Amino acid sequence: MQVSQLKTASMRDSFSETLYQLAVNDPRVFVLDGDLATSTKIEKVAKEHPQKFLQMGIAEQNMLSVAAGLATTGLQPWAVTFAAFMSKRALDQIQVQIAQPKLNVKMIGAYSGLLTGVTGKTHQALEDIAIFRSLANMTVLAPADSVETTKMMEWANQYDGPVYIRLARDNYPILFDDSYVFQPNKGVVLKEGTDLTIIATGTATSRALEAAEILNQNNISSTVVHLPSIKPIDQELIIEMATKTKAVVTVEEHSIYGGLGSAIAEILAANAPTPIEFVGVKDRNSESASNEALLEKYEISTKFIVEAAQRVNLRKK
Amino acid sequence: MPSNNAVLKEKSKDARKSLLKVVHHAGAGHIGGPLSAIDVLTTLYFDEMNVEPSEPQKTDRDRFVLSKGHSAIGLYAVLAEKGYLDREELYTFDSLNSRLQGHPDMKILPGIEMSTGSLGQGISAAVGMALGAKVQNQSFRTYCMIGDGESQEGQVWEAAFIAAKYELDNLVVILDYNKLQQYGWPGTTTERAVPNDLMEEKWEAFGWNVIRIDGHSFDEILEGFKQAKLVKQKPTILIADTIKGKGISFMENNYLWHSRIPTDEELSLALKELDESGDL
Repeated sequence: MQVSQLKTASMRDSFSETLYQLAVNDPRVFVLDGDLATSTKIEKVAKEHPQKFLQMGIAEQNMLSVAAGLATTGLQPWAVTFAAFMSKRALDQIQVQIAQPKLNVKMIGAYSGLLTGVTGKTHQALEDIAIFRSLANMTVLAPADSVETTKMMEWANQYDGPVYIRLARDNYPILFDDSYVFQPNKGVVLKEGTDLTIIATGTATSRALEAAEILNQNNISSTVVHLPSIKPIDQELIIEMATKTKAVVTVEEHSIYGGLGSAIAEILAANAPTPIEFVGVKDRNSESASNEALLEKYEISTKFIVEAAQRVNLRKK
Repeated sequence: MPSNNAVLKEKSKDARKSLLKVVHHAGAGHIGGPLSAIDVLTTLYFDEMNVEPSEPQKTDRDRFVLSKGHSAIGLYAVLAEKGYLDREELYTFDSLNSRLQGHPDMKILPGIEMSTGSLGQGISAAVGMALGAKVQNQSFRTYCMIGDGESQEGQVWEAAFIAAKYELDNLVVILDYNKLQQYGWPGTTTERAVPNDLMEEKWEAFGWNVIRIDGHSFDEILEGFKQAKLVKQKPTILIADTIKGKGISFMENNYLWHSRIPTDEELSLALKELDESGDL
């Protein structure tokens, strides 16, 4: 089935429902809000299970340090705010009090990437993967759809250690069904091809699949790999696919510096040097505009993935 | 006077000697801040807190967080007196593979409840511990020491707001109010003291139970902790007036001793003063 024909669903709704279920069923789980409960939709916990909801106010640094303290008492705090604030405002707290001591705090970066509901560059997060992946002990995840969001959260809840999950605001095609099993160190091959490999993470994966469809019509056969886990990363699969197809395109709704593309380049440069084209936001600031306009202007829409694939195909040796 | 005052005096004096010798040995570390903090730290570990060095992870233990993490050597010295580690191990301070890091690391040294060093963060973690006790109906109490220089960090006041909001009467913060910091404030009073920072007024405005004490009087420290237990639905702050470099005449109230290393001669002078001092 073509991506455009798939049903879509809200990642936020799925996140909200899953977190509510975790809060109800796991006595360790408490939800910490940085006063964005209506945006992130954790309002459901506040309304229906208020004893598990801890409002921390508009004070992200304190929220993450409090989460660390709660974790030392045997609780499992899920701290929720926008990815921009989680990754930058509270970074030092996360580094010193959560990542270094490997405490059991789950960090949700809502509204990651560019598509954040016309909020503009102060509220977009194009650096969060780069930042979190550079912290020792940190697990960094980015789901592609609403189903994977749930599976990933259920995995994170039974994992003992810090996890950062970058979520998207809007609706995305449902790529997975309920039988899907999330594994933190495994990539998912969504389509197999022979000419090149497109590797994507998060919600960029559905655009990577669309690009593969267009490339097919132009007689370019591509493998599409979804990497829900940027750290740990499925090094074996990346090397295998790069070696087979001899060309790679990386796709992410993130800066081209330090994110998925950089992670893959690090692995391939050391193990299997392969031409790579990077689809991501170049070294510039964004703005507030519609999703479609932003994807075009900042060169991460499906069209740009197709063009990158065509370029890398010509560079193959 | 409570009967154990003599013990507290002895322990704090031994801890002072240890920290001076260790900083001299390591050629690194802070002196002024640990010396101002040591009497409160000693009282916490030898009187106030329910802690057992042989069971550093028991769930009902009281928690202590040293938010002013650069006074680590003061805490290590008291932990050594208490029996969490051998006094000999103190001399590994700041060296490779040591459990005694320049700033406290909760993962490697039993007795350290939270990693600190980046200022303003420890108090928030202490708020998290007290909140964790509250929502789980656990009876342990949480103690946290902050500095007055540290209180320039905005996060301290984020924590102050949330602790009052959740009515954390199981939390006691001690402000080591020595009125000096690393470089300080040129153009203000003598010795670069902080301009009037209205500590009592600020904490009261944030809804805390505020108790002012002499941070070098064991009677007042003990009484402060006792009073804190009587107040419900409010966190308590003990604003402890202290002297940076307390106990060593030539270090007292001198910002230069924030992190200066004593020479051999200065060390023996300092140790001699401590040996000869009856009452500090």
